[in-house]
Amino acid sequence: MFRPRVIPVLLLKGQGLVKTVQFAKHRYIGDPINAVRIFNDLEVDELVFLDILASRENRTISIDIVKQIGDEAFMPFAVGGGIKTSKDALALISAGAEKVILNTAFVENPRIVNEIAALIGNQSVVVSIDVKKNWFGIYQAFSKGGLEKVVETPIDLAMKAEELGAGEIIINSISNDGMMQGYDLELIQQITSAVNIPVVACGGAGKLIHLREGTNKGAHAVAAGSLFVYHGARNAVLINYPEKKELINNFS
Amino acid sequence: MITIVDYGMGNIRSVQKIFQRLNIQVQITSNHTEILNSSKLLLPGVGHFANGMKKLEETGLREILDQLVLIKKVPIMGICLGMQLMTKNSAEGNVVGLGWVDAQTSRFNFENQNLKIPHMGWNQVDVKKNTAMSNNILAVDLFYFVHSYFVSCNQKEDVLFQSDYGHSFVSGFEKDNIVGVQFHPEKSHSSGMRLIQNFSNK
Repeated sequence: MFRPRVIPVLLLKGQGLVKTVQFAKHRYIGDPINAVRIFNDLEVDELVFLDILASRENRTISIDIVKQIGDEAFMPFAVGGGIKTSKDALALISAGAEKVILNTAFVENPRIVNEIAALIGNQSVVVSIDVKKNWFGIYQAFSKGGLEKVVETPIDLAMKAEELGAGEIIINSISNDGMMQGYDLELIQQITSAVNIPVVACGGAGKLIHLREGTNKGAHAVAAGSLFVYHGARNAVLINYPEKKELINNFS
Repeated sequence: MITIVDYGMGNIRSVQKIFQRLNIQVQITSNHTEILNSSKLLLPGVGHFANGMKKLEETGLREILDQLVLIKKVPIMGICLGMQLMTKNSAEGNVVGLGWVDAQTSRFNFENQNLKIPHMGWNQVDVKKNTAMSNNILAVDLFYFVHSYFVSCNQKEDVLFQSDYGHSFVSGFEKDNIVGVQFHPEKSHSSGMRLIQNFSNK
C-alpha cells in the first residue's frame, strides 16, 4: 500500500511562522521549532518550510533556523526561500533539509535546477510554481513570492523543470491560498498531465476531502497550510494533523 | 561507542539526532583510529553509488571497514545508499560495490505509469525473518523511502524486510553482523526509532 504524502506547509516571516490569504494578510501562527515538535508528535509525513520574504529581500532562508528544524524533525522536510546557487542548496541539505525548493531562481536562471540536481540528486530538487488565475480565466505564473509576472505559462514552466531534472513540482495556487475552499483542480489536472515527475498540490485545502480531490486529479502528494494550523469555524490557531487511520480511509 | 562513518555522502546529522533522542551515545567521525575502536558502525549515505564507492576508496575507509566488518565482525548498519554500497555491484554507474552481501543494486523498472521514480514516500515493510533487528517492527509501521535503485538478494535467508513498489524489493537485509535498510529510520518517526533501538541492542 502506498498512501499519498500529506504535507503541512509552514511559512516563515523573520523568526516566526505566519499564514497567508492569497499570499497577503500575514497572520502570526507561532514559533517554528515549537511547531516542528508538535508535528513530530503527530507523526506527519513531511514538512515544507518557505521563507516568504527571502527572494524579495535578496537573501536565503536562514541556515540557522533550518539547522534548528533539522535537529528536531524526525521526518523529511523541504526548505525554500531565496535559494540561488548550488552552494546555497548544499548548505541547506547539510543543515538537515531533505530537499530544497526553487521558485524565483528557477524562473530567472532555469539551468540552476540542473546544477543543483547534479550535486544533491534529482529527488532533492523541488521546483515550486506559484499561479494566479486572472480575470480571463488564464493561469499566470508568478515569481518573487507572487510579486512578479512570469512570461511562460505554468505548464511550460513545469515541463521545463522536469526536463532540467527537478525531482518534483509543487503547484501552488495564489488565488486559492488561505481560502480553504479546495484546490484549483483544473490547474492540478493540467500540470499532472503535462509532466511525469511527482506533483504536489498546494493552495486552498480546507478539509480532508479536498486532499482526496487533489490526488484524484493526479497529484502525487498534497500540501496545505491553513488546514493544519487552524481549527474550528473561527480559525483558532491549533496545530493539527489527521490520525493515521483517518488518512488511510481518506485516500482508499 | 557506536560510530556514524563520515565519508562525505549526504546528511548524517539527522542520524546522529535520532540516537541522541534515544539517549544512545554516538559519534560522527572519519578518523581511522576512532572508527577502528567502535563497538558498532553506521554507514549512512545519500547520492550516487559510484561517488560513494569513490569516497570510501579515497578516504582509505574501505580497507578499514572491510577488516572491521569481515574479520572482526563488528555490527554495521547501512542506510539507503549505505545499504546499496554493501552489495556486489550497482547499475548506478555500473560499478563494483563492497560485496559484503550476495546481492546487487538495480534501477527500478516497471510498467505502472502511476508510480514515479524515485520511490519517495512512506511504505510498509514485510518482515521476512525474526531477529533482534525485526523485533517490534509491525506490518502497520511506515518507513520513509527515497531511492531510484533497489537491492535484490541472491540468498533468500539474507532478506530481513521486503517492500513493494512496482514490484517487490529488499528493503532490509541481515547477514550475521551486517545489516542494511533501504529506508531512512532517522526520518521515520517512532517506527524508525524502534529500528535504531533494535540495532543498538543487536
